Amino acid sequence: MDLHFGDSKPTDEERAAVDSLLGPPTSAWEGAEDRTDADLRWARGGREARERRDLLLPGLHAINDRIGWISEGALDYLCRRLTVPPAEAYGVATFYAMFAVKPRPAKVLHVCTDLACASKGSAALCAGLEERLGAAGSAAGGLVWQPSPCLGLCERAPAALVIQAGVPSDEGSVPLPLASTGSGRDGATQVQLGGARPSWPAGANPAGPARTGNGVSAEPAARRYTTAVIAPATAEALVLAAAEPAAAPAEPAASLAVPQAGQPGLSLLARVGVVDPYSLDDYRAHDGYRALRRAFDLGPAGVIREVTDAGLVGRGGAAFPTGRKWQATASQPVRQHYLVCNADESEPGTFKDRVVMEGDPYALIESMTIAGYAVGADRGYLYLRGEYPRALRLLQNAIDQARARGLLGDDILGQGYAFDIEIRRGAGAYICGEETALFNSIEGYRGEPRSKPPFPVESGLFGKPTAENNVETLINVLPILNQGAAAYAAIGTGQSTGPKLFCVSGNVGKPGIYELPFGATLGELLELAQAPDTMRAILLGGAAGGFVRPDELDIPLTFEGTRAAGTTLGSGVVLVLDDTVPLPRMLVRIAEFFRDESCGQCVPCRVGTVRQEEALHRIVDRTGADAAQDIALLREVGAAMKDASICGLGQTAWSAVESAIDRLGAYK
Amino acid sequence: MTVIPLRLPRRLLEFTLDGQETRVPEGSTILDACRAAGKDIPTLCEGDTLTPKNACRVCVVEVEGARVLAPACSRKAEAGMTVLTDSPRARHSRKIVLELLASSTDLSTTPRAAEWIKEYKAKPDRFGPDAARLDEEPKIDNDLYVRDYDKCIQCYKCVDACGEQWQNSFAISVAGRGFDARISTEHDGPLTDSACVYCGNCIEVCPTGALSFKSEFDMREAGTWNEEIQTETTTICAYCGVGCNLTLHVQENEIVKVTSPHDNPVTHGNLCIKGRFGFQHVQER
Repeated sequence: MDLHFGDSKPTDEERAAVDSLLGPPTSAWEGAEDRTDADLRWARGGREARERRDLLLPGLHAINDRIGWISEGALDYLCRRLTVPPAEAYGVATFYAMFAVKPRPAKVLHVCTDLACASKGSAALCAGLEERLGAAGSAAGGLVWQPSPCLGLCERAPAALVIQAGVPSDEGSVPLPLASTGSGRDGATQVQLGGARPSWPAGANPAGPARTGNGVSAEPAARRYTTAVIAPATAEALVLAAAEPAAAPAEPAASLAVPQAGQPGLSLLARVGVVDPYSLDDYRAHDGYRALRRAFDLGPAGVIREVTDAGLVGRGGAAFPTGRKWQATASQPVRQHYLVCNADESEPGTFKDRVVMEGDPYALIESMTIAGYAVGADRGYLYLRGEYPRALRLLQNAIDQARARGLLGDDILGQGYAFDIEIRRGAGAYICGEETALFNSIEGYRGEPRSKPPFPVESGLFGKPTAENNVETLINVLPILNQGAAAYAAIGTGQSTGPKLFCVSGNVGKPGIYELPFGATLGELLELAQAPDTMRAILLGGAAGGFVRPDELDIPLTFEGTRAAGTTLGSGVVLVLDDTVPLPRMLVRIAEFFRDESCGQCVPCRVGTVRQEEALHRIVDRTGADAAQDIALLREVGAAMKDASICGLGQTAWSAVESAIDRLGAYK
Repeated sequence: MTVIPLRLPRRLLEFTLDGQETRVPEGSTILDACRAAGKDIPTLCEGDTLTPKNACRVCVVEVEGARVLAPACSRKAEAGMTVLTDSPRARHSRKIVLELLASSTDLSTTPRAAEWIKEYKAKPDRFGPDAARLDEEPKIDNDLYVRDYDKCIQCYKCVDACGEQWQNSFAISVAGRGFDARISTEHDGPLTDSACVYCGNCIEVCPTGALSFKSEFDMREAGTWNEEIQTETTTICAYCGVGCNLTLHVQENEIVKVTSPHDNPVTHGNLCIKGRFGFQHVQER
């Protein structure tokens, strides 16, 4: 490899941000300031350095978190440390929405303008902000605000997230991590985020001396890395929170997103709002880690048999049989195997994984341990969407506690099984929820999907056999093992077994996550959520799903039932729009979302999503014959996107619009 | 003399191609099988010496039983599969892809594009005059290359050729995403500040003329570029002892560009800066 680094140098703070992740450089080859005699005799940067490529994304986060944006000098320094070509790293940095490669203020206010928030007045919110803070994207007073795709806070719409770049709150109170723990695939490289139980809002940690990464005392008033979630938001509250993120009011408990919280009969949500999400003891007192013990009794093949017999299928939208995926991964002769938890839910209208992770984080850790055991993986990656700061803190705490108690690590429960979990933060890219794009993202490449075949069970993360499941799929393993496959399979219908989580948002009285056995009808669900009498449309499955009419409430909420009705269950989104919501504008918003989130790799998606958005803009105020020509065009482009795109994003980018035209008569 | 590299014998597998039983060596792509059967499938991002990225999607074919169409250039033939290369679905997608491409990029120097647009009855202008396109001025920041991103279809061939598949320079990558994605150097700077070693291998693989020799670009601007009267002579590079083959493109007794035969087992079309660009001394300049 012929690497070329420019002349730009990192600032001390940028260097400290990178070094806090990677430890100080040991040689001039990777950016140490002094060249020693040894450097003249050997060259760094062979296989050892290249194998740390997967630290590129954490490295970009480290810089962006501390400075607020990624300068040329900082990027080049990170590239030198990891032996990554700067052009490629630039391609990665510019791929993610949360990173900036141009200077911007340390405080960024992301205001969600996606479907659920749009139905709850995000347009007025943005107008209010424009009045108080100036136009979106213009920096003033150390702050910039910008519209954002779905933040996954749909039950509390309209929502916003403030991120203030600064020194991580753990630094100075915890010894420098990583310098000696190895890295990447082999060592446990962890960005320590609050090992101790933080007080809300965490991230604001006024105690402890402020120190920079290389141990040099800095100004005592160093700016702290802080995040604040404001939902539901008003313009006044946002201005206040943006001015002083650390003093923003705490987020309400995750259980408030679960209207059924504490009710008997819940399985997946039984502990949300009941247990202390910080306490491993409390989790164990509520049935925690019983399933893992049962898994050890059954052995890996036994676990796979139970999951197969239970009829569990993937809950991310594709409905692939989980047992078959695990079996296929487990039976690959190649070592090593990986388990990946897809916690990148970015589908507009989806927030169930967030609520589970915030309300019952240990359940996910236990489920991943069982899944890893079943597929023969000794390493699990938890790919968490970057916009979920509270879930990150809670999961990191749960992993640390589990590790400290021998529930993760070299010898789990004395069973001789080694497994550890590493959290990887996404950085704002819906496409990274696609399973192969997620692998590329973890590996330090652009989050572009790969062509299949080969399938992940054969060649997945780092080219090794990988089982990837989303959060909801994984936590279903607990009731399967606790109740037994037969009892689990008795819930729901023949083809859709078990309980299912639904994310209800939009114009309903009680938005939130609902758990129902498969087979309940749309009407039954909407009755629980108090749908209005003035419903105009219901979006099933999110932006990649489809609309149904208010007179189709008898659709059974199962994979086969929605398929028979010509629609999809997708990820379990049920977004209700009443007659005050301008449907054509919502369709434009959906098209904008896909145009924004397309990775740009293949032509049908890269250009097709643009042409779709243009056509919808043209007909936003038109009906009948005036819209007919553009609707015909949309159909033709949509068919090609569906047929010829590389991945599910392009293939489904037209589904919701198509259903709005066909089922709702959107432009009649 | 062309050296034909010997390979291990491969097993043959049978599958149905447009209703015909076809036998191809294991590991062949559907496109290989089509070409062996004399079928012409349009391709843009496929290249003979690089692993195709299958990003352009003009070569899509219908595989029976599959939910979506498959790119012929990279989908391997499997025993027993049934493939339709010219089904209405495949033809429709190809037509739309050509329309999408031609409406957003300048395909005027893309070989065969006009022919395919005609064949598939594509109408790129039906997206209206306001259809988004790049409309960027060519980037001329050195004396050897011109980068004209208005012609770029982002097939990734230049990135692969510059990176791990050929040159290992990694001077360019794709930056940004979606419609705003561009082939870019680090920090979007000029090529002269990048890791570029001016081997020109990216020009060699560019299927649309988005990357071109400055000499060719200047002649096209001046209206003096005339491929019909050009002759091509393959000779051996005299700069060093490797013995790379050079194909000299000569117009009116002047070398106007240098390429290299892709079937040469030593270079596979690769050259270095001297072989590719060091021809002016021949012309006493």
